[in-house]
Amino acid sequence: MSMPALILVLLAGGALAWLAQRASDELPRWVALATVIGALALLYYMAVELPAGSLALASDPRQAPSWPLYLKLDWIPRFGIALEFGMDGLSLLLLALTLLLGLIAIASSWTEIDFKPGLFQANLLWTLAGVCGVFLALDLFLFFLFWELMLLPMYLLIAVWGHENRAYAAMKFFIFTQASGLLMLLAIVLLAWRGASAGNGVSFSYLDLLGLELDPRLAWFAMLGFFLAFTVKLPAFPLHTWLPDAHTQAPTAGSVLLAGILLKTGAYGLLRFCIPLFPEASATFAPVAMSLGVAGILYGALLAFAQTDCKRLVAYSSVSHMGFVLLGLYAWNHLALQGAVVQMLAHGLSTAALFMVAGALQQRLHTRDMRAMGGLWHQAPRMGAATMFFVLASLGLPGLGGFVAEFLVLAGLFAVQPWFAAAAALGLITAVIYALWLLQQTFQGAPDERRQMADFGVREMLAMGLMMIALLWLGLYPQPALDLAQPVLDGLHDSALQPPAAPLAAAGSAP
Amino acid sequence: MDAFWLIPALPLASAGALLLSAGRMPRLWAAGLGVASVGLAALCVALLARDFLAQPGVRQITLWTWMAVGDFTPRIAFYVDGLTLVMMSVITGVGFLIHLYSVEFMWEDASLCRFFAYMNLFVGAMLILVLADNLLLLYLGWEGVGLCSYLLIGFWYRDPDNGRAARKAFIVTRAGDTAMILGLFLLLTELGTLDIQALQVAASAQWQVGDTLPIVATALLLGGALGKSAQLPLHTWLPDAMAGPTPVSALIHAATMVTAGVYLIARHYQLFLLAPPTLEAVAWIGLLTLLLAATTALAQNDIKRILAWSTISQIGYMFLALGAGAFASGIFHLMTHAFFKALLFLAAGAVIHCLHHEHDIFRMGGLRTRLPVAFWSFVIGSAALAALPFTAGFYSKEAILRAVWDMPGSGHWLWAGGLLGALLTGIYSFRLVFTVFFGRAHTEPDRRPGWKMALPLGTLCALSLVGGFFALPLAGVFPARDHAVVNHAVEYLGIGVPLLGLAVAYLLFLGRQVSIAALLASPVGRALQALWQQGWRVDALYDALLVRPFTGLCHWWRKEPVDLAYNAVIAAAHWGHRGLAALQSGQLRWYATSMVLGLILLLAAVLRHAA
Repeated sequence: MSMPALILVLLAGGALAWLAQRASDELPRWVALATVIGALALLYYMAVELPAGSLALASDPRQAPSWPLYLKLDWIPRFGIALEFGMDGLSLLLLALTLLLGLIAIASSWTEIDFKPGLFQANLLWTLAGVCGVFLALDLFLFFLFWELMLLPMYLLIAVWGHENRAYAAMKFFIFTQASGLLMLLAIVLLAWRGASAGNGVSFSYLDLLGLELDPRLAWFAMLGFFLAFTVKLPAFPLHTWLPDAHTQAPTAGSVLLAGILLKTGAYGLLRFCIPLFPEASATFAPVAMSLGVAGILYGALLAFAQTDCKRLVAYSSVSHMGFVLLGLYAWNHLALQGAVVQMLAHGLSTAALFMVAGALQQRLHTRDMRAMGGLWHQAPRMGAATMFFVLASLGLPGLGGFVAEFLVLAGLFAVQPWFAAAAALGLITAVIYALWLLQQTFQGAPDERRQMADFGVREMLAMGLMMIALLWLGLYPQPALDLAQPVLDGLHDSALQPPAAPLAAAGSAP
Repeated sequence: MDAFWLIPALPLASAGALLLSAGRMPRLWAAGLGVASVGLAALCVALLARDFLAQPGVRQITLWTWMAVGDFTPRIAFYVDGLTLVMMSVITGVGFLIHLYSVEFMWEDASLCRFFAYMNLFVGAMLILVLADNLLLLYLGWEGVGLCSYLLIGFWYRDPDNGRAARKAFIVTRAGDTAMILGLFLLLTELGTLDIQALQVAASAQWQVGDTLPIVATALLLGGALGKSAQLPLHTWLPDAMAGPTPVSALIHAATMVTAGVYLIARHYQLFLLAPPTLEAVAWIGLLTLLLAATTALAQNDIKRILAWSTISQIGYMFLALGAGAFASGIFHLMTHAFFKALLFLAAGAVIHCLHHEHDIFRMGGLRTRLPVAFWSFVIGSAALAALPFTAGFYSKEAILRAVWDMPGSGHWLWAGGLLGALLTGIYSFRLVFTVFFGRAHTEPDRRPGWKMALPLGTLCALSLVGGFFALPLAGVFPARDHAVVNHAVEYLGIGVPLLGLAVAYLLFLGRQVSIAALLASPVGRALQALWQQGWRVDALYDALLVRPFTGLCHWWRKEPVDLAYNAVIAAAHWGHRGLAALQSGQLRWYATSMVLGLILLLAAVLRHAA
């Protein structure tokens, strides 16, 4: 029961924060903080209560007992829809990232929000709840429900608390995500219908649908439905154009959530659902997906360098970084998949931190235009040092998480597609160009001596320090994270490789 | 000395402490910590060296496994042999002297703490680079020193020009590093490991001399070496890197970091021996670079830029040696060059420091009596640089030229080019000495270097004189070369040509027997002067070929061209909306007309169908 409890805690905390606004304007943020800390404690409890070694076992995602944590409750039995949850090492990693960045998001919006702070915190927590649900749901219908649940509060965060052009940005975000989400719903229904026609009774369960034999043409279209929904979220070139607008207009906490974890749901979907459900169609499609990945890396980097708005710059750098994830997933070997997972974590941390800096700059200087900045190191050395750290993390400096990720992705990709790897490696150069340009435009150069600007305080430095430690840890000793993800990736990898009949025969012959 | 992980850990820990103090540490403590950590590291290296000389043999230590994915298990592990020891001695020894010197040079700077933090970080990263037992860890050090180079070139961040120079250095070297990391992917995919020793054994077993794969792999590694060591065509960042404080130029952009490429090739010599075409390319790149840089150095006025171009040129000699297969001579020249080039930079720093930050050599003059310490340092350093007999540079350069002469095939051509370079080196180095220290004084110094500056200068003077007699513990590291019998004429030419260079410089710049003005006024002289002053216009070429197209493209795409497609969808929806809305005019006669028209059309269709 702990998995639905995690989601319920966040949902209830959100409602409570909304109510708390009646008492005072400060109370909601304390409620939100307490809720996320409570959820983290619950997650920790869930992780330590797992049977020893269950996370390290090689797992077959088709067998319920091989999930370290599994729960299935009846919901709409007539249509084979159930409240089916499961957690393995991969979900655990992403849940930890989600809640950690939830904390960071609350910290970053501590003094930023004046208008209806209770509702703001509620939307923030509901987004988190939706994301946690996405990472836990095993029933595809339930998955779709959570997919929508995280969209709506995020839309409100941008539309209500955003900046000058928020209506346009929020609508763009909503239409892109919603349209592609409906395609996924179509694909889900198609898949369940095919499963029912195959004579197993109607079921929306991931465990039942995995390894379903499909007509290649049908599989192709269903795969595209999933692929579009997930690559809009990721985002992949050329479906990324909602992202720079949404990021630029979103309040800081919104950007932190969006970049840090919402984008990861797209990558998670590809890894968990799209490729394993349609292995053959995905294999044929891989060159296209990889081309999109390379295009995203280079195009994102070029446009990042061209921006004058610091938030937009960071947003385009996200497009560039997520290209590596797409490449790693479609290279589909151990090195590259691990790289993609580490990239999800590392990008979540470094980009969230950069958005926090950008938000802090806007709050202090009332502009995002970098041409109006320069020499800020003089006024805010702590902020400058933190920015430098995350800029270096973003450009993939060895010793920090992004390097491990990019190296593993490219090394894995090189073994299967050396030319794609060579093209993507150009992104290592372009990353330096935009990342150092960001630093130069804001913190270096001649300072304006008359400018008064507050440096980062204790609260902000704590958040920054937390993310720095996590990135250093991922960069110098990523083994704990790799070990958590390894059995899951092995299971997905093998299940996608084996012909669908084999595991059933193997299960039958086992004593 | 088993705990040699302490050697990089000491400066790294000090850097961490200085960074975390966020500039609040008292200046004396910051400087003391910065100098002491490198000094202690040097002491550890000395202890290790004593140990090593008493009991030679490879020493290894594994700290932890960096990451383990399937069979790929790079470790954080160190490997010490004779080559590592030579490199570490240079890094910590010269590094310590430069740190000590910096205390006086940087004392008045407000960001002293930040300076020492970056410098210590650099020393730590450089030590990791040379200690690494696998290529991935080496790459960590490699990028780490690149980062410190960036941070220190742009140390005085208020001037946007410094920032530009710093970014240029990072981006240009990153271009080389990207080639290098592709080489890592290739080696990992083909050989299944990145352990430097294991992969060379595997390569020798798996590949034949002259196969395509080792040629591609070494060419990619060479890309990294060219970037870091500022060789053609990636050399353009180094002259601009002089924007950093002078001790930085001495440590990073002369003595240690820029020679990392030489170390990389020497470390992987077994791999390079499998790829003769790459080695041949290394030699020719070295020769072209050394000639280009030496001619450019002739036409510069900025004291630091002259030294920077001379660094590029001297590393060209090291590449020449590597290309000729004389790895030990290349490393020998790396060491002696570290001594005399650090000496020259520190002496130049002393001149700049005492002369109100003046960089133009034609506004100096007559400093021989006013700054004797700097003068003697420059004389000894320039003599070693020009390879005058019995200086350290003489022995190392002699060894290189001899090995090159020996090289089969194009050896004689390369030798002749190297000799021409030696002549030019003699001219440009004494042009500098005669212009700055003799003749009429243009600027008066306002101070004299104190002991913290004089002590490192004196030590480096001694090393530049006697460094040529050091026997490096490289036995067993590189394949033994039989000493070929070299023509005596070759030897005499090697001794004579640098002296000729000195004589030419004397005639042109001190004795004034030959008028330099007349030479410069001739059309050829003017053209060459303009060409050389701008370093053969390579920068302008890159600007036109790479920088402008890139920024132009970025500017052109700034407004997100992909959105045009989506905007077209929006526009179509708008037009459809307007068109359909226009039908809903609310006028009865319009509705009636359209109804009748529709009926007629419908009837026509039905009748047609029926018929």
